[in-house]
Amino acid sequence: MSFTPTQIDTAPPVSRSEQSTGRAGDKIFSGLSKGSGILLLVIMASIAAFLTYRAVLALSKNEGNFLTTFDWNASANPPVFGIAVLLFGTVVSSIIAMVIAVPVAVGIALFISHYAPRRLAGPLAYVVDLLAAVPSIIYGIWGALFLVPQLGGLNLWLDEYFGWTYVFDKTQVGVARSLFTVGILLAIMILPIVTSVSREVFRQVPRMNEEAALALGATRWEVVRMAVLPFGRSGVISASMLGLGRALGETMAVATVLSPSFLISLHVLNPGGGTFAQNIAAKFDEANEFGRDALIASGLVLFLLTLLVNGAARFIIARHKEFSGANA
Amino acid sequence: MAKRIDVSGLSAFYGNHKAIDDISMTIEPRSVTAFIGPSGCGKSTFLRTLNRMHEVTPGGRVEGKVLLDDENLYGANVDPVAVRRTVGMVFQRPNPFPTMSIFDNVAAGLRLNGTVKKSELGDVVERSLKGANLWNEVKDRLNKPGSGLSGGQQQRLCIARAIAVEPQVLLMDEPCSALDPISTLAIEDLIGELKERFTIVIVTHNMQQAARVSDRTAFFNLAAVGQPGKLIEIDETERIFSNPSVQATEDYISGRFG
Repeated sequence: MSFTPTQIDTAPPVSRSEQSTGRAGDKIFSGLSKGSGILLLVIMASIAAFLTYRAVLALSKNEGNFLTTFDWNASANPPVFGIAVLLFGTVVSSIIAMVIAVPVAVGIALFISHYAPRRLAGPLAYVVDLLAAVPSIIYGIWGALFLVPQLGGLNLWLDEYFGWTYVFDKTQVGVARSLFTVGILLAIMILPIVTSVSREVFRQVPRMNEEAALALGATRWEVVRMAVLPFGRSGVISASMLGLGRALGETMAVATVLSPSFLISLHVLNPGGGTFAQNIAAKFDEANEFGRDALIASGLVLFLLTLLVNGAARFIIARHKEFSGANA
Repeated sequence: MAKRIDVSGLSAFYGNHKAIDDISMTIEPRSVTAFIGPSGCGKSTFLRTLNRMHEVTPGGRVEGKVLLDDENLYGANVDPVAVRRTVGMVFQRPNPFPTMSIFDNVAAGLRLNGTVKKSELGDVVERSLKGANLWNEVKDRLNKPGSGLSGGQQQRLCIARAIAVEPQVLLMDEPCSALDPISTLAIEDLIGELKERFTIVIVTHNMQQAARVSDRTAFFNLAAVGQPGKLIEIDETERIFSNPSVQATEDYISGRFG
């Protein structure tokens, strides 16, 4: 589940003012594309309206502070629920996922586009794309049955040697049903999308830019650093945002792996925590009408968070537009 | 700063296809040598063997020797990256790095080499831009992207980038073919100035240009499409254009083919 509006910049249409000459095909196509555009806006608006309406119903009766309450008791009387833990868990697990996945994805994309022999590049790209076809519940089951037990050793090691960083200090015993494990799982899940978008961007680097670097006496890595990475920068940001959108909204895999708790702790190795989507999935079935409204209120926050992240990404890309290579 | 190039028995291949066959010539230092010939005769390929750029094309392979003064560029222990730092290149289409400012474009090669101190970087960039007759036009917007310049300015920016690292030789692959006549004139004037300091080799489709800028001219030809290109003759430019020793050269220059 993901609300992410897509980020990939398409080339601007040749000219909007250029009117069709009145041929039937032109009219049908223009009507179709206009219609789909409007339909998209209508769907988005109605989702937002629905979420807002139901959320307001719930929020008006909430006895706790929606932003700071460390609890989710929507069916209690009076109801007390807050998103603090969910927001924290969502953001932290997504950050962990991004920190792991983006460098690896950029590395794989570079390998496929610039280093691997052609015989290897094709199949490798295919395998990476295949990762995206695995349903998230399968990732969840794999995470719970394989990743969680296997990560025990890594957790001990991190705790032993990096415990001083506070973040990797494991203060609670228990299996690795932690935000850290969720982050690793999410990283694997967003790897294909980040990789394939980055790969396509790196492939589009003009050959003449790479030759310019080579002719200056650049090594292969220096060509990548001078010509390929800067050219692909905005594309990698877009790719990362697509991945982040998926990580923020991922439901089943997180719900299967995490052992939920309503505590905030920066010790990411400790079991516990929660995310928006996981909390909704876990509580939706047993919730009454009001409980569902409360869950929808948390969904609205996730919606806004995703919008915010996308906006920030667009801002970063726009700020460097002059140097993007698009006007070369 | 300028070095002599001695080529002997050089052939270049794309996979199994032989693109140029058994070329030998001497290129004098501090002079301009022009390569002319019909399309597909291998003059650009030959140019790219002089800084080992030919082999970056998949399947690209070279046999023979290229001596830069006394060092064989294709010797067993020679690093192609080091060769390209000594032999600079300017391409057919201006190709400044689109993600870099004008300043960073010129500084790109210097930063690769790491030989210039940060404090001196500005001086070298200024000197290079002046050397490429571009300084006055860009001195107020060094931090703007290089891709915002006109085509002719971009090409001079690329020349500034190439000469910033003080190469021994400057190779130019049809540097004016994408430019208008005024920008072409600016580049030709610049070539006249640069030959005081560098050995310059220029590939051109424009015979008037060869006649205007070069001291010596080499004529390349191929027997038929699909056959490897060959060097027909190399001589003083004046002689090539007035009284060449091979009939094919005269036919080409007088416009009877090509």
